[in-house]
Amino acid sequence: MEKKYKIPIGPVHVGLKEPITAWLDLEGEKIVGATVRPGAIHRGIEYMARDRNPIQVIYLSERICGICSFSHIMAFVRAVEDAATIPVPPRAQYIRTLVLELERLHSHMLWAGVACYTIGFDSAFHLGMVLREKVMDVLEALSGNRVNYGVGTVGGVRWDITPAVAKSVKDMLRYYRREFSPFYDVVTGDPIALARMRNVGVLTYEEAVRHTAVGPTARASGVRCDLRKTSPYEAYGDFSVEAIVPQDFYGKAYGDVFDRFLVRVHEVYQSLEIIDHVMEGLPEGEILWEKNLNKVLAYTKKAEGTGIASIEAPRGDDTHVVHLAAGDENVTWWKVRAPTYANAVSWPLMFRNNELADAPLIINSIDPCISCMERMLITDASGEKSVVTRTELLDKCREKTRRLMGK
Amino acid sequence: MKLEKYLEILPKSLWVTTCNSGSCNGCDIEIVATISPRYDIERLGMKLVGTPRHADVLVVTGPVTKYMTERLRRIYEQVPDPKVVIAVGNCGASGDVFYKSYNLDGPIDRIIPVDVYVHGCPPRPEAIIEGVAKAVLKLERLRKDLVKASVEGA
Repeated sequence: MEKKYKIPIGPVHVGLKEPITAWLDLEGEKIVGATVRPGAIHRGIEYMARDRNPIQVIYLSERICGICSFSHIMAFVRAVEDAATIPVPPRAQYIRTLVLELERLHSHMLWAGVACYTIGFDSAFHLGMVLREKVMDVLEALSGNRVNYGVGTVGGVRWDITPAVAKSVKDMLRYYRREFSPFYDVVTGDPIALARMRNVGVLTYEEAVRHTAVGPTARASGVRCDLRKTSPYEAYGDFSVEAIVPQDFYGKAYGDVFDRFLVRVHEVYQSLEIIDHVMEGLPEGEILWEKNLNKVLAYTKKAEGTGIASIEAPRGDDTHVVHLAAGDENVTWWKVRAPTYANAVSWPLMFRNNELADAPLIINSIDPCISCMERMLITDASGEKSVVTRTELLDKCREKTRRLMGK
Repeated sequence: MKLEKYLEILPKSLWVTTCNSGSCNGCDIEIVATISPRYDIERLGMKLVGTPRHADVLVVTGPVTKYMTERLRRIYEQVPDPKVVIAVGNCGASGDVFYKSYNLDGPIDRIIPVDVYVHGCPPRPEAIIEGVAKAVLKLERLRKDLVKASVEGA
């Protein structure tokens, strides 16, 4: 019988940017079970919001996550607008849609790059990161910032699309139509990449539904769910947005890491199309319901009620619920349900029957918020301990690629 | 400072390790962007390494949550001397938008000594490169002191 191990990974480790702890049960090299312990970077954001008014909370919600920052702003702002019944001008809705799609572009490209890095495909990682800089340039042209843009506000957006910004968006579309497919072909056409990602971290259709997977993770398992299609918000009602599922393109959904890669790549093409439609149909007019922030705050202070908003963030459904009480300047309570939280539940299922070398890839595959694994501890039954560093684990992962190449 | 001076004080390549102590990921993405081809800190001889035991520079992001305090201290102790700590981002320097949280032990300089602060939420990749360049100066001074002390000791 194979020797049994229990391996704690984290909290600071390779698979993720955010610290998270996971315990993997191993039989030899095979993972037989996994436990995940989140909470390492709990900052009490929902609690902090109770001391702040809705405008201040916008900038707090932006910092829930640095990658899908605009999605969190949008969900929060839409919940406040829902609670206080604030109308949004059509031009602002189109600009919001544009920024949401730009964010999806840079998030998916970052993910594709990091997934390649994890399997030791460094040239594809750098190719992906070069591509990503172009969309960062557009975001910078629009808002002046690269990561936390501060574009959304209650009742509209803060930055308008000037002719210069429109030109940079057009440049970007032309650039991606020319440059993105070589990157995609390099990775999907590579037999080693296929071998590393096919049938790894499988999540079946039934499991995805039962464990409430959302976003690209669920779509890769063949679940046709996309809030942009099923409950359109902002300007999405004006275009036809279809959920991207692998069976439409390749006949069958495996629900593995490779399918998650394909879904995200096809969503990049879809986003480019949506951005095209947004730029064509951009209506003229105001971008704010009320320019004076004090008037907005006076209005939300009088408002009474609970607002809910759910939007399709790059990783899945992001839902915010906000309660405003009449006479209270601050947000009474606020609840956030971020997509990674829903997706992390399926990790233990994805880990089953995979090799330890695939663990970083599987952790990455749901696009959790990836970065720094530092070390982990292997304890065997006799209580002997040894330390496996991030480098060793990464080496292990890359060694498997080399082994496959040798075949 | 003159270019010759920089070359004079950069006798070896800097290896950098990162620790996220509870940040929103914004700074971490920008750190990844600095190793991407557009900014490419590797052309300056710096690279990200996976373990603190190999590193000269520790880059810390985030406001340090209670759970991460002990881990951050342990990572700091694993980095061999002479070492330099860079705090990237406003929340690591002051708490910034996360002030009044019940779950923070930070900012970073309450837990471990910080040598260079890089401000911004998040800082641009250029600012991070400048921060690392400042760390070079500091590291070189520390190294000289160490050499001097060992000579005097002997």
